[in-house]
Amino acid sequence: MIEEVLVTARYNPKVDPSLGIWTWEIAFYLFLGGMAAGIMLFAAWAVLGRRENALAFAHNRFALWAPVVLSLGMTTLFLDLEYKLHVFRFYTSFEPSSPMSWGAWVLVLIYPLMLVQTLSTLRTGYPTLAGLVERIPGGAVILSLCEHRRRLIAWLVIPLAVGLGIYTGVLLSAFSARPFWNSGILGPLFLVSGMSTAAVLPILAGAHPQERHFFEITDMALIAVELVLIALFLINLATGAAQHMDALALVTGGPYTAPFWLWFVLPGLLVPIVFELAGLRGYRGLGLVAGVLVVYGGFMLRYLMVDIGQASTWTDYALQFDPQLLQRLMQ
Amino acid sequence: MTTYAMVIDTRTCIGCGDCVVACKNENKVPAGLNRDWVVEATRGEYPNLETEFRSERCNHCGHATCVTNCPTGASHYWKDTNIVLVAAEKCTGCKACIAACPYDARLIMHPEGYVDKCTFCHHRVDRGLDPACVSTCPTRCMHFGILDDRDSIVSRLLRERRYKTLMPETGNDPHVYYLL
Repeated sequence: MIEEVLVTARYNPKVDPSLGIWTWEIAFYLFLGGMAAGIMLFAAWAVLGRRENALAFAHNRFALWAPVVLSLGMTTLFLDLEYKLHVFRFYTSFEPSSPMSWGAWVLVLIYPLMLVQTLSTLRTGYPTLAGLVERIPGGAVILSLCEHRRRLIAWLVIPLAVGLGIYTGVLLSAFSARPFWNSGILGPLFLVSGMSTAAVLPILAGAHPQERHFFEITDMALIAVELVLIALFLINLATGAAQHMDALALVTGGPYTAPFWLWFVLPGLLVPIVFELAGLRGYRGLGLVAGVLVVYGGFMLRYLMVDIGQASTWTDYALQFDPQLLQRLMQ
Repeated sequence: MTTYAMVIDTRTCIGCGDCVVACKNENKVPAGLNRDWVVEATRGEYPNLETEFRSERCNHCGHATCVTNCPTGASHYWKDTNIVLVAAEKCTGCKACIAACPYDARLIMHPEGYVDKCTFCHHRVDRGLDPACVSTCPTRCMHFGILDDRDSIVSRLLRERRYKTLMPETGNDPHVYYLL
């Protein structure tokens, strides 16, 4: 028997009794970052595959969604900072060993690329917006240039968007102090999940039947890959060291068992794949419900991962100190 | 690189908590926050029980994952030593270092929002003094010095006594040692 008890006060906010430094803001950022990467990839894929007719939405209108989605994610990331005035400090140094520093600098490359990718689709996808850009001096020339270089832009988008999608997972997996996160599978898992949540957007946005069909099949394949990656992720924990097995226990009998399986895997992956199959067989309503569930599942994956990772730890103190008792004494 | 170490004798520590009070006074740590704490660890089966007291804090790791994960360079090593500090003016409060610390030894300094932790009282070390917790300890169970110096008290104790560090398997190379 080993019992370790704190005999002096330690109740640092967000650290004790268990880590709670990151909540919905980070989960939302990881979710939207992955979705933005997926949007960029599908928009680039439609261009490189010359699918302007078959994938008209992805080819002409999808690219604009990426900067909107990512900016929303960056907003929630900003909300998470404890010392918001110092946000500029991300750009006063580059720390090669810090994934977060890499992420901050990758965004400097991603945003301009997103912008030119969007500009290259504006005249065909959003003529009104294109008209506004053309009113700016040089706007028409820039639009023409982006359209002319559309394939080059799409080629550049592929590696950077894959990097962005993987980064959202690496951000967590780089923390060896949190056994639940410390797996190289998180990067590919978050990329595939991000692509899956992006794939359902054209379905929900009312793309034409041929394009819907493409994205339903694509999304089913992505969900299948996601299920395999989740299985590998859990096997990795099960075959790891004691800390990894303890982390796995959180979702196999521990406090996160019901949330992980009943709130995420079942409604976020298994039900959508069945409903998408039904959607392909003509039940369009079920296809739309599947789309909503996939988006929900994408967010739940990040939300639970962020939460469970913080619950998995190397330290295991029993807190004797109860701050509520201290507050009662002070009243 | 100069390696500073803290050596704590678990046989003479009585868990009085004076080290915690000394730290709060010396470093003006606000109410409700703690840079150090005392753990009572009991092992065995009744009636064959064994208890040790451990005064714990940041381990000032040789391979500090809080430093490697900091995106702005706010977490850094002080003057080519293993003493890990946080430069408040560079800290964004992103909390990556808190997630990266396997000892959960970091805290958020409110209301400003930068991250804070034990500094081994580097301002005292700079003047040739021991950290406040070491100076205050009434049982003299805490010792501080340079590990690379064979004649220092910490080197001598680690040569002469059995000792352990906390969770060396993290690979962080901690530098707070506990004599057994």
